[in-house]
Amino acid sequence: MATAARAEQARRFERLERLTQRRYLLLLAPAVLFLVIFYGYPVAAMLLRSFNDPAWGFGNFKPLTAARTPIEILGVSLPMNAYLRVIGITLQIAVGTTIATLLLGYPVAYALASMPMSRANLLMIFVLVPFWTSILVRTYAWMALLGTDGIVNEVLMGLRLIDQPATLLNTRGAVYVGMVHILLPFMILPLYAVMRGIDRNLMRAAENLGARPWQVFRSVFLPLSLPGVAAGCLLVFILALGFYITPSLLGGQRDIMISMLIQQQVVQLKWGFASALALVLLVISLIIYLVFVRVLGVQRIFGGGRR
Amino acid sequence: MTAKQSERAAHADRIGALGARVRFDQVEKQYPGGAANAVDGVSLDIAPGEFVTLLGPSGSGKTTTLMMLAGFETPTAGEIWVDDQAIAAVPPWRRNIGMVFQNYALFPHMTVGENIAFPLKLRGMPRDEVTRRTREALDLVGLPGYEGRYPRQLSGGQQQRIALARALVFNPRVLLMDEPLGALDKQLRERLQLEIKALHDQLGVTIIYVTHDQQEALVMSDRIAVMNLGQIEQIGGPGELYDEPASRFVASFIGESNFLDGRVTGFDDGLGVIEAPGVGMLRAPAHGGCAINSEVALTVRPEKIVFADELNGASANTIDAEIVTVIFVGEMHRYEARLGGGQTIVLKRQHRSGVGRCGRGDRVRLGWHVADGRLV
Ligand SMILES: Nc1ncnc2c1ncn2[C@@H]1O[C@H](COP(=O)(O)OP(=O)(O)OP(=O)(O)O)[C@@H](O)[C@H]1O
Ligand SMILES: [Mg+2]
Repeated sequence: MATAARAEQARRFERLERLTQRRYLLLLAPAVLFLVIFYGYPVAAMLLRSFNDPAWGFGNFKPLTAARTPIEILGVSLPMNAYLRVIGITLQIAVGTTIATLLLGYPVAYALASMPMSRANLLMIFVLVPFWTSILVRTYAWMALLGTDGIVNEVLMGLRLIDQPATLLNTRGAVYVGMVHILLPFMILPLYAVMRGIDRNLMRAAENLGARPWQVFRSVFLPLSLPGVAAGCLLVFILALGFYITPSLLGGQRDIMISMLIQQQVVQLKWGFASALALVLLVISLIIYLVFVRVLGVQRIFGGGRR
Repeated sequence: MTAKQSERAAHADRIGALGARVRFDQVEKQYPGGAANAVDGVSLDIAPGEFVTLLGPSGSGKTTTLMMLAGFETPTAGEIWVDDQAIAAVPPWRRNIGMVFQNYALFPHMTVGENIAFPLKLRGMPRDEVTRRTREALDLVGLPGYEGRYPRQLSGGQQQRIALARALVFNPRVLLMDEPLGALDKQLRERLQLEIKALHDQLGVTIIYVTHDQQEALVMSDRIAVMNLGQIEQIGGPGELYDEPASRFVASFIGESNFLDGRVTGFDDGLGVIEAPGVGMLRAPAHGGCAINSEVALTVRPEKIVFADELNGASANTIDAEIVTVIFVGEMHRYEARLGGGQTIVLKRQHRSGVGRCGRGDRVRLGWHVADGRLV
């Protein structure tokens, strides 16, 4: 009798639990619905176009593999395998930007995480303010700074370090400067979040056990901050892959990224080829994401990663 | 040399270490922005191999005291000595002082074996010796074969033992423990208290232990330093603190105590005589500090108070009281009684002496031997 009652109770409890879980799913519904209708469907339709516009098949992917397809971009005729080259440049710029933001962002995040909370929150504003300004505005600001008669050149000439304006704008360097500047917060924020979560007592324990400060960093702090490094790099890298405004305004004629190529095709109403290029970008992003998750575990990248 | 000491010396010869003497000399610490001194003139002389506990309420400066010894805080005044070396200029990583943190501070990204091997590798020990010593340390804390586990795969008590093994594996001459058992349940806590005590006897390392659990301090320590507001109120053996508390704070912090407020009216043969309003004249051994007419409290432990007819020949205080509550607490009855002036006192009597003797509302006559009270 007692066991039957208890079993009944357990069943009721289980049902309640299932119900609660279902209710959480309900909370997701509006966002999911919105994404499916206004994002999922158009993306799927667009990607489908890479296979059926103008005709069914892999025709849109041909130019990517064809060895010699002269192509004109922004009025310049690029050599044979232009598309693959653009993909190569895109990857190169994304990797370079990721490494540069990591090298610049890690010490900043480390300093912020070592400060008392109140001061860190104050200084965090300097990380976030640029974040709130439009990318376009910030890119134009860099154009004003780096132009032939820009402030940088004026100062350098004023100091008589150079007597001719240097070409700073429309170079690969300018692309890096602009992209690193814009993407730096995306590196600092996840790094900071993970570093804040590292128990300071662990560092004290290491020191107590005989580790000098740099040994403490290398054997305790650095390994524990790696989930933040992974999250930051993943975020910055994938954002950098799709960058458009900054490289097109700051870059030179040879600094063409895949999103600019896509835009070119769209302008020429070559929807099918544009879709094919977009699909390539998506696949690259997914592969990189999967590699990160595989190596580090999604758990450790997105929160819950403390232990 | 006592047997225990010679045993320790022999052991020290074997493992090449023996506890160090630790001396705090008028040490002060004021945190930047802190109003009062977190540690305020602490002087403490700890003998080699001694087990000393810092006991005190939250915020009394226990952790700060340990942190200064470990090198994570710098004293604003005073000097700390380990053996005959002033350690102010020695960085934490060269102090060779073991420490067990309250939350264990095990490295989550290293296995148990790597955690314990960490201090050994830093000291450049050859690999096979690292392996051997790691194994020995795990044996010592009763967790052989746990090398490959990660800290998150261990229970709280097991993590505690690993932290202890890691703190001991490099043979530090001083071991600091900051509320190491605070996060464990009562049963486990009591078992580990005894294990740590046994390890201490076996290794002869000097241990400075922090707790705010007076029971734990009484069970484990050779001496207890009771801290309050950054100062040491009293230091002594467990029995000494219990029987001869130097202040009201110590008496209330260690064990349960009654306090009867009164005014000193005179001295009689080394005893202070006080008048407690509504109670009458009471006598108790006086300490140096009380003067005629000063306001003092007479403190007496609940188990020292008896029913007046149980008193034997020795001189005693007796008072009239009315029982207000009787509680059965296992091996004892606990009575609360109201005195004439409105003050209440608590007494505890063994079963047989108290059973059926009195209940709520009864008027009784209580007493205690003069020597069992104390003016504070
Ligand atoms: N880093 C700090 N900065 C400023 N004040 C501090 C700091 N650490 C401790 N204090 C202050 O110093 C005093 C003593 O603190 P401490 O941590 O030594 O106390 P404790 O005896 O260990 O207490 P608990 O039992 O709560 O651990 C407290 O008043 C505390 O607020
Ligand atoms: Mg503390």
